[in-house]
Amino acid sequence: MFSLIRSMWLVFLHAFHKRDTYQYPEEKAPLPARWRGRIVLTRDPDGGERCVGCYLCAAACPVDCISLQAAEAPDGRRYPGFFRINFSRCIFCGFCEEACPTYAIQLIPDFEMAEYDRQNLVYEKDALLINSQGKYPGYNYYKVAGMSISGKEKGEAAREEPPVNVKSLLP
Amino acid sequence: MARIFIDNTPYEVKEGKNLLEACLQLGLDLPYFCWHPSLGSVGACRQCAIKSFKDEDDKKGRIVMSCMEPVRDNMRISVNDSEATSFREHVIGWLMTNHPHDCAVCDEGGSCHLQDMTVMTGHSYRDYRFTKRTYHNQDLGPFLNHEMNRCIQCYRCVRFYKDYAGGKDLNVFAAHNHVYFGRQQNGTLESEFSGNLAEVCPTGVFTDKTLKSHYTRKWDMTYAPSVCQGCSLGCNISAGERYGSLRQIVNRYNGEVNGYFLCDRGRYGYEFVNSSQRIVHPAIRPHHNGSASREYIIGEVAARLKNGKAIGIGSPRASLESNFTLRQLVGAEHFYLGMSDTDHDHTSLALKILHGGPVRTPSLHEAETADMVLILGEDLTNTAPMLALAVRQAVRQVPMNEAMQQVHLAAWQDAAVREAMQEAKGPLFILHTFPTSLDELATGIHRDAPDNLARIAFAISRALGAPVNGSLELGETEQALVNDITAALKAAKRPLIIAGYGTGCDHMMKAAANISWALLQGGGQPMLSLTLPECNSLGLEMLGGHRFDSALAALKNGEADTLVVLENDLYRRADKHVIDELFSYAKDVILVDHLYNQTAENATVLLPAGTFAEADGTIVNNEGRAQRYYQVYVPKGEVQESWKWFLQIGEKAGVQRLHGLHNLDDVVWAMTTAIPALAPIAKLAPNADFRMAGQKIPREPHRYSGRTAMLANESVNEPRPPEDEDTPLSFTMEGYRGEAPAPLIPFFWAPGWNSPQAVNKFQSEIGGHLHGGDPGKRLLEPHVNGSIPFFTEVPQPYLSMPGHLHVMPLYSIFGSEELSMYTKGIAQRAQDFFVIYMNPEDIDEWNITPGIWVNFHIEGHAYLMVAVPNHWLPRGIAAMNAGLPKSQIIDLPQCIRFSGSEVTSTF
Ligand code: SF4
Ligand code: SF4
Ligand code: SF4
Ligand code: SF4
Ligand code: FES
Repeated sequence: MFSLIRSMWLVFLHAFHKRDTYQYPEEKAPLPARWRGRIVLTRDPDGGERCVGCYLCAAACPVDCISLQAAEAPDGRRYPGFFRINFSRCIFCGFCEEACPTYAIQLIPDFEMAEYDRQNLVYEKDALLINSQGKYPGYNYYKVAGMSISGKEKGEAAREEPPVNVKSLLP
Repeated sequence: MARIFIDNTPYEVKEGKNLLEACLQLGLDLPYFCWHPSLGSVGACRQCAIKSFKDEDDKKGRIVMSCMEPVRDNMRISVNDSEATSFREHVIGWLMTNHPHDCAVCDEGGSCHLQDMTVMTGHSYRDYRFTKRTYHNQDLGPFLNHEMNRCIQCYRCVRFYKDYAGGKDLNVFAAHNHVYFGRQQNGTLESEFSGNLAEVCPTGVFTDKTLKSHYTRKWDMTYAPSVCQGCSLGCNISAGERYGSLRQIVNRYNGEVNGYFLCDRGRYGYEFVNSSQRIVHPAIRPHHNGSASREYIIGEVAARLKNGKAIGIGSPRASLESNFTLRQLVGAEHFYLGMSDTDHDHTSLALKILHGGPVRTPSLHEAETADMVLILGEDLTNTAPMLALAVRQAVRQVPMNEAMQQVHLAAWQDAAVREAMQEAKGPLFILHTFPTSLDELATGIHRDAPDNLARIAFAISRALGAPVNGSLELGETEQALVNDITAALKAAKRPLIIAGYGTGCDHMMKAAANISWALLQGGGQPMLSLTLPECNSLGLEMLGGHRFDSALAALKNGEADTLVVLENDLYRRADKHVIDELFSYAKDVILVDHLYNQTAENATVLLPAGTFAEADGTIVNNEGRAQRYYQVYVPKGEVQESWKWFLQIGEKAGVQRLHGLHNLDDVVWAMTTAIPALAPIAKLAPNADFRMAGQKIPREPHRYSGRTAMLANESVNEPRPPEDEDTPLSFTMEGYRGEAPAPLIPFFWAPGWNSPQAVNKFQSEIGGHLHGGDPGKRLLEPHVNGSIPFFTEVPQPYLSMPGHLHVMPLYSIFGSEELSMYTKGIAQRAQDFFVIYMNPEDIDEWNITPGIWVNFHIEGHAYLMVAVPNHWLPRGIAAMNAGLPKSQIIDLPQCIRFSGSEVTSTF
């Protein structure tokens, strides 16, 4: 009996508390940076596309809603020829982001993607690629990978020795 | 059998093997790099370490390399011993110190042996904090990509390329911790087997360049078990598709046929499937209003066939099923073999020899075990590439066995055996007009006009006891050669005699048959291998039909007015003027083919046919082995199997002979009932209703990605996946996940084994047969008592005719095969067009300037060609690159006359 009255009293007191409910859409909820929402493809510090078309995100995706085709640019960089995410299937689990070895694919704090037509939830690369490094500034995959691209020759990546002179027998 | 204890569990294993093979065969996961079942062990990588104990009481043991230790009875070893495991983990750790951070951009990723082994050993954290060694790469031509940073110095590449395949231009350079695997300088790798490096190299140093141009990971491809269409050997392949285009061909292990390897024509010759020249919609001339629907066109064709004046032209590059249904559609009496008459003569002779003769024709694997090889008029590397690779192994047999006897080594102790053998080679004799790349291994070679070579071969057969008529006067050197070869043949236990279509002279095959039959009569165990022009030449010949030249006669005299042409560019079957004439008599030409070729230009109805990647079918290789290839994917447009077109047309036209046939099993049933010689094909592979645990066998790996996105650009509603009513394979990733029966394995994969080396898990013996036997059924077994007599007719010695040239065909692995030429890299490596090779003295005598266009007259037709001097050709003999696109002279060999005037204009 007492506990019942106590509960009612506490509930009544809440009427005078500050509201926890956001008056969405007039008022936006402050989302943390690591909130898993709309997926984007980011760029490296030099402005180059980060995605190298390795297909790991596609393989990690539990609903198989990512598909792409890897290609190679004349400067030696790999990139996705097309990159498609079917957001009507995506469950925003973030596995793709976890799988990505280049920090290219990232989930961002935006969930406002509702559409009347499901077809509009199919995003192509032009709708995915943004002009920013996203959550991981400073990372440049090609600066640590061994592949040479124009502007970064063999031996110029982080912690690399200059290329071996195969004609030399010196130790 | 020996009993060994692995981690205290007793196992029965085969003696003579090494411990690594034994462990792998028992299904244990033991990492390795440098050992390869076909290349043997060298103990270079130290990855396969295990513990070996003296006896039961030995608790300490010592670390040994399992690939270097033979199996001994009652031996005790441990794979899981903590010291051994940590040793293996450290080895990977060291290999990884210099490994680039490349997996994301590495084409090996997802089928990388190094990735697999790293995971297997548990090395997961890089604790090396210093700098990495780097290398410059090389441009190795159109087939292979080079990324040296990824090398782990296992030496497999050079061991395959140089030791196994006899290549000269790949080597190891520099020293100690910066050895380099590559060429002396940038340039195309010369070996015809270079593509195997992509599979032999356990890392991403060598990767498939054609794959790179439309890169797809292994887990993302839809695969089907398939058979190479590049030549008559029928190597087994897995073909992979993604987004509606064929992406890659990889080896599909078959212990009897190709083992672990393929030639470059087979591996790279697939790009015609993706060609922009493909016929994808049916068409009708003169143009029908709008695009013709499938129903409309079937009705139209059925109507045109109604008057019964249609003849069918089959194809040696189409499946038995397609040829058979065409034969049923038009009636056997109206069915013509779509091969050139020369090819038909060769193939029917080969069939006669193999079917009626008493000597067995070996599989490729058996050919490797021959201890003496005699090659008559064949440049194998260019006419049957993988057979050349088998001969390269065969010449090692004699010295290898000697070495094994003398120093008590096992064959797998590769480095030691090669050291003991030095440069010693077993007997190999080659009689050919031109130098061949096997010449370097030969005990004896002889070059002359084909007829003269055949005479030598006949003399050998006579010396062995074959009854041969006519005089066989030979010069002194020739006679000495005959004596040498005869002695070597007699001394050998399993001699292999090889002949075929290479010179265009069928006396070679006859002489080869004589030699082998005589050897058999003398108590020997010879093998006889005959090369054939195309992937299904033998199958088509077994099916039977009229000669090609009689088709022209039938049209000319009005017996027929409509041609139904199956997967065939007739301009490759006879000289241009013959085919032009043929078409001029035909009211209707109905062509069922893949590519828009010269014949298609003359067709009145075009029906798009599925290539090997889009069709199910059976072909018969030169050994008489029927093999099934399966559709990889459902193509866009109206493309379907040729036999399906014929079934639908037959149904519409009410052809009784095709009545009630609807799918592959029906056609196979009808075919095997109608033609008893093909009966074993009924048991070639499981029928369409075969299920494992109630499920179909998936063509896609279980981690196939993008299913709900790949077609979402067209419609967000995923379409229902296509059903396969013809086979027990499904077009999706759903289905039975265990091991499929050998003929149905789309790709090799096992848990923890993503690279092609997963095949270990599918073999009943490492490097032996697949579980349940290798796929394919032999249709020809030797006739015990040999029902056909010896060939007694000896050719006359060759005499050059003044003013005339005898033109021989010159086959080339890159260029002579029609479809592979649609691959850019293969076309790049092909020979020049319109070249005629002549003896320099002939060129002089005829007053021709080399390198200038010259008019040649053949049967009243003029051809412009460029003469190139060739010192190997005897006087009066010329040669032309056979099979190149746009060649106008097809019927080789033939005699041509030189018309005199030099023409300087160029095309
Ligand atoms: S995992 Fe990253 S780099 Fe790889 S394809 Fe996806 S987005 Fe691109
Ligand atoms: S070779 Fe294998 S481990 Fe090395 S980068 Fe390529 S995929 Fe990764
Ligand atoms: S290139 Fe490949 S096969 Fe050759 S040594 Fe290096 S890792 Fe081994
Ligand atoms: S040898 Fe012939 S069948 Fe084998 S891969 Fe080469 S072309 Fe294909
Ligand atoms: S596999 Fe045994 S040492 Fe390399």
